[in-house]
Amino acid sequence: MAWQDYCLIVAFFALVLIPAPWLGRFVHRAMEGERTWLKPILGPIEYGIYRCAGVTPEREQSWKQYAGSVLVFSALSLLTVFSLLIAQGALPLNPEGLPGLEWTLAFNTAASFMTNTNWQAYSGEASMSYLTQMAGLAVQNFVSPAVGLAVIVALARGITRRTAGTIGNFWVDLTRAVLYCLVPLSMILAFFLIWQGVPQSLDPYVHATTLEGQEQTIPLGPAASQIAIKQLGTNGGGFFGVNSAHPFENPTVWSNLFQLVSILLIPAALLFTFGHYVKDLRQSRALLASMLVVFVIGLGAALYAEHEPAPSYANLPIEQAGSLEGKESRFGVTASVLWAAATTAASNGSVNAMHDSLSPLAGMVAMFNMMLSEVIFGGVGAGLYGMLLFVMIAVFLAGLMIGRTPEYLGKKLEAREVRLLVATLVVMPIGVLVFCALAVSFASPASAISAPGPHGLSQVLYAYTSATANNGSAFGGFGANTPYHNLMQGLAILLGRFGYILPVLAIAGSLAAKTRSPLGPNSFPTHGPLFVTLLTLTILLVGGLTFLPALALGPLAEHFASAL
Amino acid sequence: MHDTNRHNGFSYLRPALAIIVLMTLITGFGYPVLVSAIGQALFPEQANGSLIRDDQGVVRGSILIAQRFEGEEWFHSRPSAGDFATVSSGASNMAASNPALVERIAKDAARLSVGAQTPVPLALVTTSGSGLDPDLPVAAVQFQTERVARARKLAPSVIAGEVDRLTQRSPIGPDVVNVLQLNLAISALGNEDNTP
Repeated sequence: MAWQDYCLIVAFFALVLIPAPWLGRFVHRAMEGERTWLKPILGPIEYGIYRCAGVTPEREQSWKQYAGSVLVFSALSLLTVFSLLIAQGALPLNPEGLPGLEWTLAFNTAASFMTNTNWQAYSGEASMSYLTQMAGLAVQNFVSPAVGLAVIVALARGITRRTAGTIGNFWVDLTRAVLYCLVPLSMILAFFLIWQGVPQSLDPYVHATTLEGQEQTIPLGPAASQIAIKQLGTNGGGFFGVNSAHPFENPTVWSNLFQLVSILLIPAALLFTFGHYVKDLRQSRALLASMLVVFVIGLGAALYAEHEPAPSYANLPIEQAGSLEGKESRFGVTASVLWAAATTAASNGSVNAMHDSLSPLAGMVAMFNMMLSEVIFGGVGAGLYGMLLFVMIAVFLAGLMIGRTPEYLGKKLEAREVRLLVATLVVMPIGVLVFCALAVSFASPASAISAPGPHGLSQVLYAYTSATANNGSAFGGFGANTPYHNLMQGLAILLGRFGYILPVLAIAGSLAAKTRSPLGPNSFPTHGPLFVTLLTLTILLVGGLTFLPALALGPLAEHFASAL
Repeated sequence: MHDTNRHNGFSYLRPALAIIVLMTLITGFGYPVLVSAIGQALFPEQANGSLIRDDQGVVRGSILIAQRFEGEEWFHSRPSAGDFATVSSGASNMAASNPALVERIAKDAARLSVGAQTPVPLALVTTSGSGLDPDLPVAAVQFQTERVARARKLAPSVIAGEVDRLTQRSPIGPDVVNVLQLNLAISALGNEDNTP
């Protein structure tokens, strides 16, 4: 690695971690309706929305009402995007005259954007009209992370309240998350991206004659505005087919750095938002430490693997260095691997290099990050509520070891909560292993595999892991756009979203109803190095071990076969 | 007692519908239109695709999008899995464990290393992520300097000077040269030399 590579890594961590405490405090104030500097500007819009929607912001909801609101809102979002996709051919703002989508692809795409997954079985510039991109996909890019943010603050309230019947108002949380957190940050990033060269235009595609005299179509569109929220909302759906590898989506090393930072910015800040809710920032730092440990180990392994020359190139008369297949010159190996680690840790799923062409071990790190159910930073809100589930499991395990009723931040975890926790633990194995096994068991779905050998299994494994973890990145050689995979991926996506949100809200409701016992000398502390170690091991063993056999058949087999 | 009827799914429909409509107006139209208006005013070049026009005003490409160069007198872009297609762009998506990829690289490397110039820089035998990579690492440019100099009857040192001038250096990324920019500069050099 060159000195520039180290500079990039240091700059990345600094820009993610330094603003996190400040931004986290801001998000806490904004979500609780306290005064922030944006309130005078956006307050009238916020209250206008409540009036139009018939929402009384002071009237809070029980967990069942909250969950009902999430479900109805999500179903309606799915329906809206689905209709837009089917009908775009007959709708305005379609200068290229693109036709409507086939229904399984439309369902897959609608489910994927509504759940913050942004799995894309299509190529944006060839299939999506400007109207679809703006009114369908970009809107979901805002509201789907807002749903995640709403759910995590609902859980935080459940943990902190004593004998309460309510956990907040979903409509209020959703509105505040969009207006105060996502829109302002996206504006800033969008202008930065335009400056760096990302197009932002509603004009039709431009036709050019190249220096050698060939015809070239240059696609345009309102790209910068959508790419900004794609990163900040951990969405990841590209405006163009090849996502952030496209020189229009990600033109320079600086656009690359700031998009990379934007992927983890809000998930890192939310740790501190949580700390403010529970009035104990030591909890934030402990969770952050555990996430950083897993992230850095994965990043280090992937960087090492990717900088090694591929063994299969050893006898060719070419430069022996880390492979550049599927990578852009302006990013090189380090920025590509850093992105791969961040995007899979954060449930973002955008790519600046093609993951299908990564070395087996780097590809495995990407898969493993997702298999941990996206808790290493994770998606906006979704990462932290997933992490808190692991925290409660760790607390439960510790309780078993010392023979006491497990307690988290003064709340007793009893049979009901533990049952709900266990329910969330089966979501990833079902979505990944069962769905993957189904796909490779039948000839027709398995024909989507394009690579020979163990790498072919990795393609299917990656696809269903990405869908269930709501990540959205892919081993792009996998021919996912078939009715079978569109429907099954769509189901995996919905399972991965609501298989967590509903138990999390139920836990929030049942914790809110409990009394909060004061922390005493006999309470098990959840902020010291001992707990960080226990939590990290819980994540790796409970979350990761299930997938080891599958990984052994895919990337590990590929690695050892090529090293021989 | 109003709480009992709030359990009814229909009572969620009004806020859900209203918020989807309002969010579509705010984030689906208001936000991109506002960003477009300000972006077009502040950075019109970039917002419209960083286009390059010739003296007649004909668009010759975008500085950010690779073009296919095949003539001896041009610096060649990296190979493109999508054959430089822009709608839609694409990658090979092949892993190093794929014999088809190794075969392709071996063939390209044999073709490129004719002048016994080895090893061939990786960037010239691997396809990029976008298929539209506008840049080349410096070594991959230098590898082609001799051929371009010969075809254009220019001194290699003149070209090397241009390469050095156009190398983009960054503290957080590799040194690269924009191929289109370099080819424009080199062909302008040629024109100057031909005018008496």
